[in-house]
Amino acid sequence: MELSAFAATTAKPRPQSRPDRLGSLLLAGPGLLWLTLLMAIPCLSLVAMALATRGQYGEVSWTFTLDNLKRLAGFGLFGWTPDLGLILLRSLLVAAITTLLCVALAYPLTFHIASRRPSVRVFWLILIIVPFWTNVVVRAYGWLLILAPQMPPARLAAYLGLIPEGAALYPGSLAVYLGMTTTFLPFMALPLYASVERLDPAIIEAARDLYANSLLIFWKVALPQTRPGLTVGVIMTFVPAMAMFVVTDILGGAKNMLIGNLIQQQFSQARDWPFGATLSLALMFLTLLSLTFWRLRNPDKRESS
Amino acid sequence: MVAQVNKSFGNHHVLKDVSIAVPQGEFCTLLGPSGCGKTTLLRLVAGLELPDSGNICLGGQDVTTLPANKRQVNTVFQSYALFPHLNVIENISFGLKARHLESRFITAKVKRMLEMLDLGELGKRFPNQLSGGQKQRVALARALVNEPRVLLLDEPMSALDPHLRTQVQTELLELHRQIETTFVMVTHDQGEAMFMGGYLAVMKDGQMIQMGSPREVYSRPKNKFMAEFLWGANILPATRCGDKRWDTPVGQLESTDQVPWPRGYLAIRPELIVLGPSQLENRAGVNSVQALVQRAIYRGPSVELTLTPGPLKVVTSPRFNPQPGDAVSLLFPSDDLVALEGPTGPDELAALTTAPPPRQNEFPALTERAA
Repeated sequence: MELSAFAATTAKPRPQSRPDRLGSLLLAGPGLLWLTLLMAIPCLSLVAMALATRGQYGEVSWTFTLDNLKRLAGFGLFGWTPDLGLILLRSLLVAAITTLLCVALAYPLTFHIASRRPSVRVFWLILIIVPFWTNVVVRAYGWLLILAPQMPPARLAAYLGLIPEGAALYPGSLAVYLGMTTTFLPFMALPLYASVERLDPAIIEAARDLYANSLLIFWKVALPQTRPGLTVGVIMTFVPAMAMFVVTDILGGAKNMLIGNLIQQQFSQARDWPFGATLSLALMFLTLLSLTFWRLRNPDKRESS
Repeated sequence: MVAQVNKSFGNHHVLKDVSIAVPQGEFCTLLGPSGCGKTTLLRLVAGLELPDSGNICLGGQDVTTLPANKRQVNTVFQSYALFPHLNVIENISFGLKARHLESRFITAKVKRMLEMLDLGELGKRFPNQLSGGQKQRVALARALVNEPRVLLLDEPMSALDPHLRTQVQTELLELHRQIETTFVMVTHDQGEAMFMGGYLAVMKDGQMIQMGSPREVYSRPKNKFMAEFLWGANILPATRCGDKRWDTPVGQLESTDQVPWPRGYLAIRPELIVLGPSQLENRAGVNSVQALVQRAIYRGPSVELTLTPGPLKVVTSPRFNPQPGDAVSLLFPSDDLVALEGPTGPDELAALTTAPPPRQNEFPALTERAA
């Protein structure tokens, strides 16, 4: 009976464009295998490890415990502290502000590039892509040099009385955000550019013709029309920014510790892999929650055909 | 609406001292070959470009430097430029909302507009769910709902199927009759410009060539370009040989046009040349020419003849069935012969002085005036 049903479905002429199911599965196979082996299995093992115990010498001891979850909730050796909660909250905030800064910088940038002649656009795009090739650590150390006490920015700040004479502009929030935005701007700008470039200039002109000022044009026309690129950019910026530890490690100092730094500590100095796994899961959960929130706030509307 | 403007893009002088004055409430069509600057002129009036010099007035008010969003002018764009993320109602109410009008007022106006343009059922549809004709009506509604002083239309028919065009043209004229807005429509289609414009302006190479009613522009072309551009007239090099009398390659012709220049051209529309002596009494043999049929094309509503000398083009009633080689006599009504200035260049002058004699020798019979 199943066979006859199968025959009935195959007998119908199918549209040419629809790829045949088995063929597409075969083609997707390597990718699926890769994801299963290298994403799903490690994620599941992360869950398992989060429920395990740290051995005396920092090894993973497979004794079931919920202690790590308690620690996550803030109950440590010396009673409840808000520290962990604050670190999580700070991570969320830093990632959100970084994303916002990148959006604010990327929109004017991409509009500028998209309005150039095609030959000039390549030049601008290369300017965005080049930092991509440079290692994050190198870029962060670059900022250390720029923000050093003897450099003009720190001197100016000292002259204005913002920092003490002879002090550097790091560690601190300013240094962290400078480092974070330079790291993530390409991740925001490139997908956004793809959307901005496809924006029909006539639509912008139509809005202006219909009495809209620049702010309204951006809000009611440009933003909704570039939302697909913006969403990709936000995901590509926010997710890695949540887990970032290199930039904060170099530029942030102890006061600016993020969840990423904490996880890195658990797996290195503290040698507490189970708690590190718990923190990683918490980060994943928080990221997922934030993205769901973004998705709900920005539902996919009908896009241009 | 009055505009007197100059505009360049880089080294390209797109509009050269173009001036146009359109009376309030008129339907004006801007006609010209592509690249003549007609769309640029439209964009200047809309406020989407700034003129290099000159000014633009709307109802007596100088709006030259007023940005597009502050001008009481709305545009129907060539590709319609509907907002893809907004439905029909949201598209139409965009301009009213941008001006922060009361929402009850907006709802009422949009509803009236939907009814007026027969879009009632489509309010909730998105632009990609509409046909070309429907999109055009939404674009029209979106512009007209703001009650602009001037409605600009940038080749609004070019994206429509040919069979839809005639119907939409009639509807647009009907719409214009109902409201008192000035319409300025850019087109490169001569028939459309002629049919729709109560007022026709022809541009070429960034210059305004001629303006006036379609009848005026068609029957009294201002220069050789105008005579050729609108479906092509017969243009005969001519030298004056007496009061109102001109020597031409087809013989001596009389034109009622009073002009000061001693030589130039006489132009006549192919359908205004009268075929056959039986059709019209040939008074005193004036403006009568003997010709040979070279080619005859039956077009259904008309017959198109190519005749020597000339070649002359004659469009006549399908009642006639002339064959190549037939001798016919033609009458050039003197009222319909338009005297044009020229020649302007040395080449044309040379052509005028050398070309006619051999032609006359080729067809000796044709230089004689018919008895």
